Amino acid sequence: MTLWLMAGLLFTPLAWAVLTLLLDFSKGRVVTWLGILVQVLVSLGLWAAVASDGGFLYLLGGWQAPLGIELRVDGLAVTFVLLTALVAAACGWHASIYLDPGKPWHRYFWPLFWFLWAGLNAVWLGGDLFNLYVGLELISLAAVGLVALGGQADALRAAIRYLMAALLGSLAYLLGVALIYGQFGTLSLAGVTELMNSGDVQSGLTFPLILMLLGLALKTALFPMHGWLPPAHGIARSPVSALLSALVVKASFYIAARLWLDLGGHLGGYVLAQLIGVLGSLAVIWGSWLAFRQVKLKQVVAYSSVAQIGYLFLLFPLTWGVTEAISQQAQQGITLQVVSHALAKAAMFLAAGNLIMSVGSNRVDALAGVSRFLPFSLFSFGLAGVSLMGLPPTGGFAAKWLLLQASLASGQWWWLGVLLAGGLLSAAYVFRVYRASFIEATDTDQFYHPSRSLEVIPMILALLSLGLGLVAEPVLSVMSLPFEGAGP
Amino acid sequence: MNLSVLMPVFALMTSLVASVVLFALPERGFRLRTTINLVAAILKIALVGMMIWGVAQGREYEAAFTMVPGVEFVLRADALSMLFAGLSALLWLLTTIYAVGYLEDSPNRSRFFGFFSLCVASTMGIALAGNLFTFFLFYEMLTLSTYPLVVHRGTTKALRAGRNYIIYTLTGGAVLLFAIAWLHGLVGDLRFQEGGYFSDIAPSMQGPLTIIFVLMIVGLGVKAALVPFHGWLPQAMVAPAPVSALLHAVAVVKAGAFGIIRVVFEIYGLEAAKDMGLLAGLSVVAAFTIIYGSTRALYQVDLKRRLAFSTVSQVSYIVLGLCLFGPVGVAGGLVHLVHQGIMKITLFFCAGNYAETLGVHRIDELDGAGKRMPGTSVAFTLGAFGMIGAPPLAGFITKWTMGSGALAVGMDWVVAVLVISSLLNAAYFLPILHRLWFAEQCEPWPHERRWGRLETSAWLLWPPLITAALMLVAGLIANLPFSPLSWAELIVAREVAL
Repeated sequence: MTLWLMAGLLFTPLAWAVLTLLLDFSKGRVVTWLGILVQVLVSLGLWAAVASDGGFLYLLGGWQAPLGIELRVDGLAVTFVLLTALVAAACGWHASIYLDPGKPWHRYFWPLFWFLWAGLNAVWLGGDLFNLYVGLELISLAAVGLVALGGQADALRAAIRYLMAALLGSLAYLLGVALIYGQFGTLSLAGVTELMNSGDVQSGLTFPLILMLLGLALKTALFPMHGWLPPAHGIARSPVSALLSALVVKASFYIAARLWLDLGGHLGGYVLAQLIGVLGSLAVIWGSWLAFRQVKLKQVVAYSSVAQIGYLFLLFPLTWGVTEAISQQAQQGITLQVVSHALAKAAMFLAAGNLIMSVGSNRVDALAGVSRFLPFSLFSFGLAGVSLMGLPPTGGFAAKWLLLQASLASGQWWWLGVLLAGGLLSAAYVFRVYRASFIEATDTDQFYHPSRSLEVIPMILALLSLGLGLVAEPVLSVMSLPFEGAGP
Repeated sequence: MNLSVLMPVFALMTSLVASVVLFALPERGFRLRTTINLVAAILKIALVGMMIWGVAQGREYEAAFTMVPGVEFVLRADALSMLFAGLSALLWLLTTIYAVGYLEDSPNRSRFFGFFSLCVASTMGIALAGNLFTFFLFYEMLTLSTYPLVVHRGTTKALRAGRNYIIYTLTGGAVLLFAIAWLHGLVGDLRFQEGGYFSDIAPSMQGPLTIIFVLMIVGLGVKAALVPFHGWLPQAMVAPAPVSALLHAVAVVKAGAFGIIRVVFEIYGLEAAKDMGLLAGLSVVAAFTIIYGSTRALYQVDLKRRLAFSTVSQVSYIVLGLCLFGPVGVAGGLVHLVHQGIMKITLFFCAGNYAETLGVHRIDELDGAGKRMPGTSVAFTLGAFGMIGAPPLAGFITKWTMGSGALAVGMDWVVAVLVISSLLNAAYFLPILHRLWFAEQCEPWPHERRWGRLETSAWLLWPPLITAALMLVAGLIANLPFSPLSWAELIVAREVAL
């Protein structure tokens, strides 16, 4: 049963991608709605299966890697599968109303959307290094295509830049994979870990690990390799930006985190872990500051992603050389941060899209008076902002709390400053948007009202991000389920 | 599930649900909006009243669940929380009535009342929070829900005030979070408990605990407007009058003061805080704030700004009271939480009435206003005398209790502070009263409006009259059960084993 669910999660999106490729935009929309329904149900089913029975490791077709596809699902993977289903469903719904069927390029939205979803699921469920690479490439190419969908010259320029960064990152990762295969003769992450644990530790593996982490960090837009992200996320259509920020950058981070947690203890070092943490901290500070300085609304949100992703890299210092309990706490904190940022940032991009649509300009200072006209979307934006600021009772707060506790418990008190300053800086850019919208300057406003559903979608996402903090405990208890059962 | 467990949840929900409904209402639904506001406010008073009755019988209401591993969300009604909850519930009703009249024809009323209810929900949450973590949750929610109220008018001045407010309060919140996280790491659970956690502490803990205490006072002191963290308060005066009234009497400054009470009583414990020498430092800060605020108030020409600096001064009475190491003095500080609220809200209602009815904002424009608006002016006069500490008004009870408490424990210098502060209060309130009643009006009112036969709209007139009467009652019945003073004594008897 679980197997069928897992296979469904990978192959249905691929089938739908091909199907929608053949259809025009509006027919593709109807087909997609059906597909989203199936995917959400399957994701929920898998989640329920794991929540009740625990995780699985499965060799597709009975072949071992590198020939077969090794799938594994544990609490973490299934959490991301479900998150992807939620966010993708919301973005797909939003896009089906938001995108203009008349634009020639827009019919490619659906195939790319489905390829992206397939790639994401492949990464969450992938158990071996090579298939993770395949998933990652699928995601990158679909994402680049989605950015280019805008069609104007600057969208294409941003897409090319994105493509370059993504390819460079993938190549670095692939090189690392090749080196590991040469050393161990296996690509299964579980297999490599087992060989490492069995005692004959090869010392030459630090280099491949660093190489892979470097490539993945580039794809996750870790400071100072973040230059490609804001133009790409800022220029894309709003539902696309939401998908990219919420899910795509998380995929490469997910792989980096799995590598680190499985192999980092053997191959990493204190200096490497701290260095990555410092880069993450700089991303928080610098990204927030740049977000505060942006003239365009979507650039504010895009730079905010650079900052918020910075927090994730605190995983590295907070799990290296600490007790199991602290490491667990840090992992929970980071996972909550990924999930709550995904929900909040998707909400924020969609709400920003509505606001831009309403005032007809993408500048922050054009928002004057919109608090009267579009309070609902502005409120969604604000609620998402509360989560990004890490104020209670949001998921962002629960994440921050766990990270604060992990930093204190491990004696790495210096990260506290980053966590608190980051919260205040994000308040600065969120309130800047609010401030602009509260100005009562003009007497006659020319606002366009987006449809109700466009306004409801970001609100749902923002409320989910808010409520995550309240139900953090049950969610975390599923997240931390390990995978068990048949190994290679 | 037992219904009494849910009482605090219901009390919180009345305003939370009201706020959601109010946001969704169309701008024009005046009648419906007013009805919802009033029904929710009355319902809350009823719920809080029932809980006060129960707590007096020795019952406790508590609802709790785990949010993040190791962190609980706890709502609880005990004697201390009822002091604040009772005050907020009562004054919310009056402020709502006032706000309905005040905002009669202004734009964005849905937004205003939505955030207004959210603000009261946060205050209620602060009152009912059963541990530091829950307290922090609502403390930050209060910050966020008051911002839209401060900038409500959307003018450049309002936006600037709002920005300063946010910078001060969010920074304070971050400092507080830092302290809470640290303390949580040291102690584990941070449930409020009578007598606190540190009755016997190892000498090695002294250092960290002192730093944490200072950080907490900084974080809470921003809202309680302790000098030097008071800068946002006078600026926030640009907010509409009902908001100022709420900010100064119930919500924001009291949230800070209440937090300090909780930390001193139920985290550190009065005894331990004194032994560590923490209260001595705090009392100096509070005394300085009392004198400083009053002195600055003397020099203000704007009525609301004078009242604002007066708040800076008066709120620190509460903090100073905590530092008087004796049951009488502590009760004096606690009761001032209620007394100051009633007195200050009266004064702000009146200031709002002068501004709305006559267009008067500056003190020198008030000449002869007593004849034009006798009801408002009587309320204002009572409020002013209460602040000065004239018997038998509420303010007198505070000062008398605090003074005798200070003498009982040999802290004579506190009496000097109280006397100086009262003289300063007289110095900045009496000239206003003189202008109101004895000066002749020499130029027309800047912007006069007429409401039928009454001096101003009935919505605006009744709330200050009621609060002025309450102030008198609180003073007269101070020795009867369920008066604020007896309630404060009840708290002291339960909390502090001296």
